[in-house]
Amino acid sequence: MSVISHISEKIGRSFEKGRPLHCFHSLWDAVDTFLLTPAEVTKEGSHIRDAVDMKRIMITVMIALMPALLFGMWNLGYQHYLSVGMETGFWSCFWYGFLKWLPLVIVTYISGLAIEVAFAQWRGHQVAEGFFVTGFIIPLIMPPDVPLWIVAVATAFSVLFAKEVFGGTGYNFLNPALVARAFVFFAYPSVISGDSVWIAESADAVSGATPLALVMNGNMAQMPSFLDMFVGTIPGCIGETSKIAILLGAAVLLFTQVASWRIMLSVVVGGFVTGALFHTAGVCPVNGWQHLLMGGFLFGAVFMATDPVTATHTKSGKYIYGLLIGVLAIVIRVVNKGYPEGMMLAILLMNIFAPLIDYCVVKVKVKKRKLNISKHRIKL
Amino acid sequence: MKQYLGPLNKENPVLVQTLGVCSALAVTAQLKPAVVMALSVTAVCAVANLVISLIRNTIPPRIRIIVQLLVVSTLVIMVDQILQAYVYEVSKMLSVFVGLIITNCIIMGRLEAFALSHKPLPSFVDGIMNGIGYGLVLVVVAFFRELLGSGTLWGHPVVPQSWYAAGYLNNGLMILPPMALILVGGLIWIVNSRKSGVNH
Repeated sequence: MSVISHISEKIGRSFEKGRPLHCFHSLWDAVDTFLLTPAEVTKEGSHIRDAVDMKRIMITVMIALMPALLFGMWNLGYQHYLSVGMETGFWSCFWYGFLKWLPLVIVTYISGLAIEVAFAQWRGHQVAEGFFVTGFIIPLIMPPDVPLWIVAVATAFSVLFAKEVFGGTGYNFLNPALVARAFVFFAYPSVISGDSVWIAESADAVSGATPLALVMNGNMAQMPSFLDMFVGTIPGCIGETSKIAILLGAAVLLFTQVASWRIMLSVVVGGFVTGALFHTAGVCPVNGWQHLLMGGFLFGAVFMATDPVTATHTKSGKYIYGLLIGVLAIVIRVVNKGYPEGMMLAILLMNIFAPLIDYCVVKVKVKKRKLNISKHRIKL
Repeated sequence: MKQYLGPLNKENPVLVQTLGVCSALAVTAQLKPAVVMALSVTAVCAVANLVISLIRNTIPPRIRIIVQLLVVSTLVIMVDQILQAYVYEVSKMLSVFVGLIITNCIIMGRLEAFALSHKPLPSFVDGIMNGIGYGLVLVVVAFFRELLGSGTLWGHPVVPQSWYAAGYLNNGLMILPPMALILVGGLIWIVNSRKSGVNH
């Protein structure tokens, strides 16, 4: 270990001020803090220190995403070989999915980190850890066959206009990963909607429609069983298909208290109630709990809606925020046939309203307390 | 001289004063209507400035807004008729936005701020310069939106077929109004960081 830190110190010197490589110092700082614990300590004032910092939170989220990622890779290969009619073993499915996923994640990180580093350099900031999770999630919510240049453009757009414009990590009011997906959805709809994009290199004869698309087209007969949807052996984005894997991730996030259980619970309740209402009214053949298993609803509820930066911060605000996401996601899904994946749009919309919800909650609380005080005084 | 060049640079009506943004979003999906719109606004702004400046000493201050509106709306109707006569298709594309030049804050703003207190010739030049400052933004935004959104410029395809064959796709978001807002925002960002010399 001491050898590594010695080497890093040696290299780091050439990035100091006045040295030729100084213009790349933020890039070096990022690599350095990623590999080693930086030696600098706070010099003045007292600060409460905790073992939990941004790096640790981000890594927890990535660990929580692991089950969904690993299952998604296997499922990618499984769906592919199923559609071309080949029987293969577990590892070849997994290997196929891994080779599909790898270029996506490399392109995402290069494109996003290039902009992130450039801005950090320009503003004299450090490169924040925020992009590691964003860049990890983006490949999970893209269709497997999306062209790589589109991924690069979408990532660049979301990092630039959803994050850096507003001041970088921690200041973004929209979830950057979802902005990237929304960008692809609106700019290049042909690569992210329809029946043919959800299975990697599928045979032409096979329709790779997701369960969501089947319901929207009134094609209930071809629906996979709900056990399949729960386990995840259905076509779809890498991360969203397996509900078991997502629930495992949710358990990690809740156990470590990285994500808010209030938001997760209220999103699920909102979605379930709305789905059940539509079902009883006869508008939609899918009932409440089946809605929760379809599309990216659960993935969004666990990993997207709970993003601490873009969600509400007050306790009652979290209930309102989550409930509205659940309700809106199902409403968009059922009422607007053009946008079957309502979860993305619902979360983005509520991201925008999150500060307003917090503001109202605080105002109401303040008013209540003032009222209490004045009552108390009259009694006195 | 310097005050006349302001609208092109550090006093741009759209980017700095954020006036006339509505039409800048609406008509910039293609280059052609954007240029026609820019010319129309320039013409209306210049002539309205000239007319108001000529009669500025005879307008009673209390009804000056009504007089200004009267002049502007007369000019807008004339512009609309000319567009319908000579470039009917573009006029169809611009639809209601020609009529809405009346409510374009740049024009009323220049009348109030400049024409009412200056001589005819400077007012005329001021009107033209503000029109150009507005038009410049429109043309830049429309250039990128048409190029990236439709792969054409002035209606002619410029993105080669071989690109499409290689997997290039037009960006559908560029056609939608939100992207115009983002592009205008990007331009404002550039102008602001140049103006103050501070990077935010």
